[in-house]
Amino acid sequence: MKNEVGLQVEENIKLSSAKERKVRFKGWQDTLAGYIFVAPMLIGVTVLTIFPILASIFLSFTDWNFITGLKGFNFIGLDNFKNLFKDSIFLKSLTNNIIVLLVVPIGLFISLILAVIINKNVYFKDFFKVIYFMPYISSVVAVAIVFQVLFHPTLGPINQLLMSMGIEDPPKWIADTSFALPSVMIILIWTHIGFQLIIYLAGLQNIPKELYEAAEMDGATSWYMFRKITVPLVSPTTFLLLVTGLISSFKVFDLILVLTNGGPAHSTTLPVVYLYQQAFVELKTGYASTIALVLFVLILLITVLQWFGQKKWVNY
Amino acid sequence: MTTIIMAVLGLIFLLPFIWMLSASFKLEKDVLTFPIEWIPTSWNAVENYSKVWFGDKSFLLYYWNSFKVTILTTLTSVIVSSLAAYAFAKVKFKGREFIFLIVLATYMIPPQSILVPQFLLYKSMGLFDSHLGLILLNSFSVFGTFMLRQFFLSINDEIIESARIDGAGHFRVFFHIALPLVQPAIATYAILRFIWTWNDYQYPLIFLRSESLFTLQLGIAQFADAHGTIYSLMMTGAVSAIIPLLIVFIIGQKQVIEGISLGGVKG
Repeated sequence: MKNEVGLQVEENIKLSSAKERKVRFKGWQDTLAGYIFVAPMLIGVTVLTIFPILASIFLSFTDWNFITGLKGFNFIGLDNFKNLFKDSIFLKSLTNNIIVLLVVPIGLFISLILAVIINKNVYFKDFFKVIYFMPYISSVVAVAIVFQVLFHPTLGPINQLLMSMGIEDPPKWIADTSFALPSVMIILIWTHIGFQLIIYLAGLQNIPKELYEAAEMDGATSWYMFRKITVPLVSPTTFLLLVTGLISSFKVFDLILVLTNGGPAHSTTLPVVYLYQQAFVELKTGYASTIALVLFVLILLITVLQWFGQKKWVNY
Repeated sequence: MTTIIMAVLGLIFLLPFIWMLSASFKLEKDVLTFPIEWIPTSWNAVENYSKVWFGDKSFLLYYWNSFKVTILTTLTSVIVSSLAAYAFAKVKFKGREFIFLIVLATYMIPPQSILVPQFLLYKSMGLFDSHLGLILLNSFSVFGTFMLRQFFLSINDEIIESARIDGAGHFRVFFHIALPLVQPAIATYAILRFIWTWNDYQYPLIFLRSESLFTLQLGIAQFADAHGTIYSLMMTGAVSAIIPLLIVFIIGQKQVIEGISLGGVKG
């Protein structure tokens, strides 16, 4: 009897350890498979992103430039940073970027209104989605070239139209220091409406219809319903678009480089454009890295601020 | 009624494209006449397009380069991202959360802020001025990984568990079970990656030097510089740059729009 129990126990121990071994083997197998699956991605991100970030931080404290070669760099501490905040072109580019941020709320407002209209009382919804989406998928370089001609101060169709309407001295658009940045902003709004519209349309689908029906029974106007139902209930979507939009407006590069190359008189220079010019035209590697670092911190700051600010106005 | 108003608004929205297309068919002297001739009175389409496509700056070459780079990038990126996405969603391995967080954090970095070190790295690795280098730059997409992971997460665990108990390894499960289930998401991501890579101007501008390697975006910018006063040819170039995008978009229209709204709303 005792013997039998003992055997049973022994058997059980054997069984469970085999099971355990099997589980442990599976776990080990899972870990190996996991690493193999993520390896290409991880290696790529490490080599092409993480390592360059560290290098960028390091370079921003040096006076190195492409011409002096690999060995000729000195640590100059915070000098680059001091110079940067005395650099009037850089400060101008920062101001420009702050103005460009306005594109996001203006674009969101227009997109939301268009989305509400398309969602409710329009035939051929899919057709309109495609139309408004076209500028977003189009080649930025091609778009910039087209607008270069459209905005031409004397021969461009836009100004010819304005002059034929009796406006004698229309703005010179991208050739005019005070109109160049607004011109860029108009193009940016035009290209981004499609993207924002599509996301708003998806957000609108999630609002229960009963809310509108109930409000209608109480005699609410459509403007009232828009303000009290639609706007608050799409606020998570608005938040998402605002954060991603503000961040991406710090990356506007192709359009400006082709359209104005930052000019006239730096009126459309943004930090990324200035960064490019310093690094690849002036060949000041260290200085350009400092711009990169400041830009990075700025974007991080905006993201964090947004994150804390959202509680005030986003309804989940 | 609203449909008509929206149609008019939509037309105004598309005017730059319509103007571009119409200008590409015209004689140079008619491009800037006013009032605008929306339908050209004298056609010059054949000459314009043959000059742009077979002239001294041949769009044929730019097209070939762009197709090569875009298709190889899309392919690599889909493979790399879907492998990683599957592991992050369905394989339990040590350090998974931590690695995922690190990868996700790099998404916040503006690509311009690391161009300089990337440039130096490419110079030292011999990847500068090569198509391979260009393809690698867009192949490790955090966005793609994140988006596909969301779809892999929605696959029922039990399907994978039972396949594993039957003795299938993760590679089998990935290729025969998981991948077919997320096919629509893969198609969506592939189309988006195609459009973004085709439109990329910044990376080719910085990482390519030889004109024989130029992609279409670089080619058309250079072409516009060289023909800066011949507007009909510039517009012909612009039309040529946009057409492949339109074709891809029209074919995959539903996928793109669904993918963007899903990715956008769910974060």
